[in-house]
Amino acid sequence: MTYEQLLCNLVESDERYMVVTAENRAAIRNLPPRIGDRFIDVGIAEQTMIGLCAGLALRGRIPVAHALATFLTLRAFEFIRTDVGIARLPVKLVGGVPGFLSEANGPTHQAIEDIALMRGIPHMGVFCPADEEELLQGLPAILESPDPFYIRYNTMKPVVQHSNSFEIGVAERLADGEDVTILTYGFLLREAMEARRILEAEGVTVRVVNMRTLKPVDESAILRAVEETPLVVTLEDHFLTGGLYSIVAEVLLRNQMRGNVMPIALNEQWFTPGLLGDVLRLHGFTGEAIAEATLRRYESLAAHVRSYI
Amino acid sequence: MTTEQIDELKHMALRVREHILRMSTAGGCFTGASLSCADLLVYLYCRYLHISPDNLRDPERDYLFLSKGHDVPALYGVFAELGFISRERLARHLSVHDSLYWHPNRNIPGVEFHSGSLGHLLSVAMGVAHDCRMRGHDNRVLVVLGDGELDEGSVWESALVAQAHKLDNLIVVVDRNQFQANMRTEDLVPLEPIQDKFAAFGWNVLRINGHDFEAMHSAFSALPIGQGKPVAVIADTVRGRGVPSIEERADRWFCNFTADEVGMLIGELHGESAADLTSETLIVR
Repeated sequence: MTYEQLLCNLVESDERYMVVTAENRAAIRNLPPRIGDRFIDVGIAEQTMIGLCAGLALRGRIPVAHALATFLTLRAFEFIRTDVGIARLPVKLVGGVPGFLSEANGPTHQAIEDIALMRGIPHMGVFCPADEEELLQGLPAILESPDPFYIRYNTMKPVVQHSNSFEIGVAERLADGEDVTILTYGFLLREAMEARRILEAEGVTVRVVNMRTLKPVDESAILRAVEETPLVVTLEDHFLTGGLYSIVAEVLLRNQMRGNVMPIALNEQWFTPGLLGDVLRLHGFTGEAIAEATLRRYESLAAHVRSYI
Repeated sequence: MTTEQIDELKHMALRVREHILRMSTAGGCFTGASLSCADLLVYLYCRYLHISPDNLRDPERDYLFLSKGHDVPALYGVFAELGFISRERLARHLSVHDSLYWHPNRNIPGVEFHSGSLGHLLSVAMGVAHDCRMRGHDNRVLVVLGDGELDEGSVWESALVAQAHKLDNLIVVVDRNQFQANMRTEDLVPLEPIQDKFAAFGWNVLRINGHDFEAMHSAFSALPIGQGKPVAVIADTVRGRGVPSIEERADRWFCNFTADEVGMLIGELHGESAADLTSETLIVR
């Protein structure tokens, strides 16, 4: 099963579903001949696409709209906020090549504020699947939700065995440990798992939590991480502002808690364009680099604690 | 239309203008733009659109989307006259305990979608028009745009896409009152020739007098819908129409008059002498 097949099945079995795109057909190339007028391509016109989706939703449809994540969330932002958001319509927004996945396109194509923007809209959900399996596993619940949703599209092959159940707002704990928790989402889960492997070899045990949906967010997964492990790392291909690190800060403040939280994110910078592996290496997002930074922080923390004993 | 029918429309338009003037105090409203589209809305709801308080949930009703949302007092007035809302409800204009504020919203029966941010509802209407066509419904989907609103790029983006999709159940009516917020459109961003612009975008275009019910009737009775192209009706209107002290005045966009002034303006509407206005007009956007 692919994303495209799943959408095709949905459209064929449920007349509410419509597939819409602003000429971004990478994920839905084979749909037009199969679903006929249930497929609408508006051309390179993201604002019109979102307005049109709002109109379709007014008529009882559930439009699944596709565009590159950056143009979807930025060019059409006011349409999303005003037409979809204010009316709280069940329009599903699928953003292609989010975060590092835009690779060598350059900063124009880097959707690394998309989560900050989308989660700021009342009742807009945010789903960040780690891989294709999770995308397909979560999609039915996301699409059936009565609320609008932003989906950070990602079809990488899975490197973990996901749990059998998916629930909106419930994170997935993929590995447990007592020293460090890595909170992450999207394809970086794969680097988090690699970092864990390296750290465990160094004698540091690591819990890895895949957030799945950043809104609604699994607050208890965050609180438990802070309560149960001395160091929490937030790992994300997003600006430091407004993403998971910010979410963790908000959750801790709301619960009157504090913790040692180390962000690995893009701090006041766009990333240097390049092929994914090179970008990860250059910016310190490989499993190895994550493990190294985490170990450094963990050891200084441990030294700090020892100095008080 | 018979003379009696035309007179009926004229009388209703007069009452709608009275409603608009009564909403132009105690906080005020966008009086000038509301007065310019009053005749159009009266005509469309009374003679053209299949929309009534009884069929607001019928998927086969016609749709009217008011994209230039700041002229919503005209819509409130028409809705009160046609029984979508009670006339008494208009007295709650701007009350936080009701929803009759400066821009339309769906808490008002008959309002299909909220607006206020210009350049949105053509695309929303396109989604509705698409769905109507897919379901084989022959309802018509009408969008009222302001002329100043044509500055927005999203209008032209949507106009381009609408013709690509051959949405021939989609009708745009431009309230061409020659003004945007602070000045004449032609003095800021010239729009003419508007018909040629829409025609070049692949639309069927008509230009009519938006205050002449007979002209509206002959145009809308023979509207080229269902002919493979969306339709644009450029309706020439006068901002502030019906009240000479407001007509074509750049500073009478948003008006917040005293109660006495409203009384004088209603007199003026009925042909009495010009109102003596001292209120400073308030420009908000």
